[in-house]
Amino acid sequence: MTSTELDLTTTTPLATPVTARKSRAGTARIRFGLIVIAVYVVAAAIGPWLIDFDSVATRTADRLKPPGSRLSDGSLAIFGTDQVGQDLLAQMLQGARISIAVGLATLLLAGTIGVTVGIAAGYFGGWLDGVLMRLADIQLAFPSILLAIFIAALLGPSVVNVVIVLAVSNWVTFARVARGQALATRRREFVDASRTLGAGTWRLIRRCVLPASVAPVLVVATVEIGHVILAEASLSFLGLGTPASTPSWGVTIANGRNYLADAWWISTVPGIALAFLVISLGVLGDALRDRYDPRLRSL
Amino acid sequence: MGAYVVRRLFFSVFVLWGAVTIIFVVLRLVPGDPAYIMLGPDADQAQVDALRAQLGLDHSLAQQYVTYLTNVVHLDFGQSFRLSTDSMTLVMQRVPATIQLASTALLLSLLIGLPLGVIAALKANTWLDRTISVFSLLGQSTPSFWLGIVMILVFARNLQVLPSSGSGSWAHLVLPTVTLALPFLAILVRLTRSGLLEVVHEGYVQTARAKGLAEGGVILVHALRNALIPIVTVVGLQFGALLGGTVIVETVFAWPGVGRLLIDSISRRDYGVVQAAILLVATIFVLINLLVDLLYGFLDPRVRLAGDR
Amino acid sequence: MTATDDPTVIPAGQSPAAALLDVRDLRVEFSTSAGPVTAVDGASFEVRPGETVALLGESGSGKSVTAQAILGIVPKPAGRVTGGSIEYAGRDLLAPGTAGSLRGREIAMVFQDPLSSLNPVFRVGAQIGEMFRKHRGASRKQARAEALDLMRRVGIPAAEKRLDDYPHQFSGGMRQRVMIAMALALSPKLLIADEPTTALDVTVQAQIMQLLARLQAEEGMSLVLITHDLGVVADVADRVVMMYAGRVVETGPIREVYDHSAHPYTAGLMGSVPVIDGPRQRLTPIQGSPPDLLHLPSGCSFRPRCQYAGTICAEQEPPLLPAPGRMPGHQSACHHADQVLSQGAPHV
Repeated sequence: MTSTELDLTTTTPLATPVTARKSRAGTARIRFGLIVIAVYVVAAAIGPWLIDFDSVATRTADRLKPPGSRLSDGSLAIFGTDQVGQDLLAQMLQGARISIAVGLATLLLAGTIGVTVGIAAGYFGGWLDGVLMRLADIQLAFPSILLAIFIAALLGPSVVNVVIVLAVSNWVTFARVARGQALATRRREFVDASRTLGAGTWRLIRRCVLPASVAPVLVVATVEIGHVILAEASLSFLGLGTPASTPSWGVTIANGRNYLADAWWISTVPGIALAFLVISLGVLGDALRDRYDPRLRSL
Repeated sequence: MGAYVVRRLFFSVFVLWGAVTIIFVVLRLVPGDPAYIMLGPDADQAQVDALRAQLGLDHSLAQQYVTYLTNVVHLDFGQSFRLSTDSMTLVMQRVPATIQLASTALLLSLLIGLPLGVIAALKANTWLDRTISVFSLLGQSTPSFWLGIVMILVFARNLQVLPSSGSGSWAHLVLPTVTLALPFLAILVRLTRSGLLEVVHEGYVQTARAKGLAEGGVILVHALRNALIPIVTVVGLQFGALLGGTVIVETVFAWPGVGRLLIDSISRRDYGVVQAAILLVATIFVLINLLVDLLYGFLDPRVRLAGDR
Repeated sequence: MTATDDPTVIPAGQSPAAALLDVRDLRVEFSTSAGPVTAVDGASFEVRPGETVALLGESGSGKSVTAQAILGIVPKPAGRVTGGSIEYAGRDLLAPGTAGSLRGREIAMVFQDPLSSLNPVFRVGAQIGEMFRKHRGASRKQARAEALDLMRRVGIPAAEKRLDDYPHQFSGGMRQRVMIAMALALSPKLLIADEPTTALDVTVQAQIMQLLARLQAEEGMSLVLITHDLGVVADVADRVVMMYAGRVVETGPIREVYDHSAHPYTAGLMGSVPVIDGPRQRLTPIQGSPPDLLHLPSGCSFRPRCQYAGTICAEQEPPLLPAPGRMPGHQSACHHADQVLSQGAPHV
């Protein structure tokens, strides 16, 4: 009797094409996202030079002109004018600059805080990890827009304050991702090997842990920047973000509320611009996440 | 189950303590005398002195903290400066309106979001799925304050079928509810779709088919029940965003809830009311998450029984 | 138990009309981004009432997909049956709705990994009882009593206590017993067990196989055992259907195929199995690697790994023919079956 066994499970030929299939996924979405974002960035960078915008100028003759109107100086207002006769397009280009700058600055600040905290927690572990992660838990259990509103209310409206407020309410995501990477890297053999060879803590973090965190942190940053820009606009709309004198999208939309009956375009057009940017960032972030780090999906 | 409930309860209390502490720390971290900041430049010295005494600003930081905690435990946030009523009472009066708005929005999201997510998963990669996904992406990316304004423009000004603001009838509830629900609904669609797609290839779904169950039963009983487990957690966390969203939606539609009171109080520098409102909303959120955690334990026996073994 | 000494088994070679399950030229294709893959490519075999048939083959040989096709649960939309026929007791299982109406009642299945195959969020009693509630319209109480009865029959100790436990509270072997109880609920006439012991400890494997053999004898049902493990089926199976790259390469009574392999793949497998009670000898593994279904060679799929391969093997796909000079019912798909046979059995 053959009372023995044989293991034939060497490879699964069917599995190969399945894994190969995903690697190219999302190319179209990444391309779409990058192109739209590039257009916004270019418009924000050079737009305000091409079309003058003077935040204090008022031209009563050109008040509340609908999109496509000729203004008194002969120029064309593609998106119309607002309640003080300002060209809406010029205002929106300036707004794009503010939104993108606030978004990037916030990510930089939140990312720096988050990655530092996350790597410290993940690499050193122990009580430090416990304290930092409980802090993160508390903050996650607290609606972030409320925290932002509270701090913004105390600090008062200013561009710098918006960045601080949004960074404080967004660092946790970065901390969690960086901590996960630090935990995973710390246990890898090459880290042990470097440590055995006499590499110091700082060097290990800089050469082993930090590089491993770069890709997932960038993916998270792409996903988060849309949320940050949206949050900035929401705060500005509530009068808690950028000051009323700055032409940020949120402020412009809030101003237009009072003229809905006569000038629908003041609130509508900047909102479309804002939504389209956030959608493109979302598409890009999702595609990058799907391609490089599907584990981050729950974020 | 008992140990699990106790653990979650303990965490909730801990989080609330954390929230109170954060508010205390932020108030002290902001440069300048908290009493001056809270009262604003036009306050007279008597008011400032009264507030300084109430906050215990002449004591040590540790003593201030103890005083603060004691006050919070007694729900004492002082008198509202402008409305000469107890701050907490003022906030409590607004709670029903906010809960009404948030719960109808939640209900609407669940009633539409879950089925749409199931349909998208079942018809994955068809035109129907793509349409639903685009809709979901739009819902997540559209700023809700802007959406609210556009809906006022379309439904109140142009079509004149719904009131633009205020409260009182079910018609007043429609626009704020839809505005508040949309982002949440969009996330729910997306989570349901991906959650269901993750489990339809699981062994137990194949088993359910092999058992000869009807396809509807296979998906709705065996697959969805498992897919819901991770969804419930994220829904709990996203509910915070929905509560935050009430601030914006209530402002846009002049809905007399806690969120609008919060914004009004900020512009009046009525910080007792601001603190009371924020802590109250945080408490609601913590309670919802406690509920979600218990539901999670109910949905997943592996979690519920882990502590008892 | 072998084919020759079991009176319930109809001798090999009888007319296929007597078969309970008759699979003819079955083809199942999967679409992948790398192109269509033929997972089952013209497989034919039959299962008679009360018989135990071992469906043998390595991963990707198409044995599990064949089982899915029989139950009508080939994963959609990637996979679909593109040809052939499957008849169960004279009914066309490929006709819409037929497989669905028989699934669970007449044809049941036990899967490889009992942990992932049981729903983690339902109590095992409810999962077994669901069969009675959904198919027989039993009340909750009746279903519970039936489930308890089944759990006792499959040898789960303290069954009345364990009825309300969840799958994660069971050991691997006990979970598989639950799966078997669920499959047996409606007294099916055909049970398909897909690698029922692969995920289990070696000591538990034997118990589960004994349980399956006992239940099969008690119920008088037919059993299709899908496995890659020659040892597992040797004691329980009557006949063997050997699959390679989606095709049946050899079939026949189990001792006949084991002792007189008429296909080089089977012969090679025998050569790579250590014989515990036989003389000490070198194991000879099969050369080469398992077939890539996307790039199958022309003619015989086994050709690149075969020591007998000649020019005809590249030109013609070998048909499944009676093994020359062997028992009726012993068939092999090899152009050089006579040569393989003349090499003699690799071991005695």
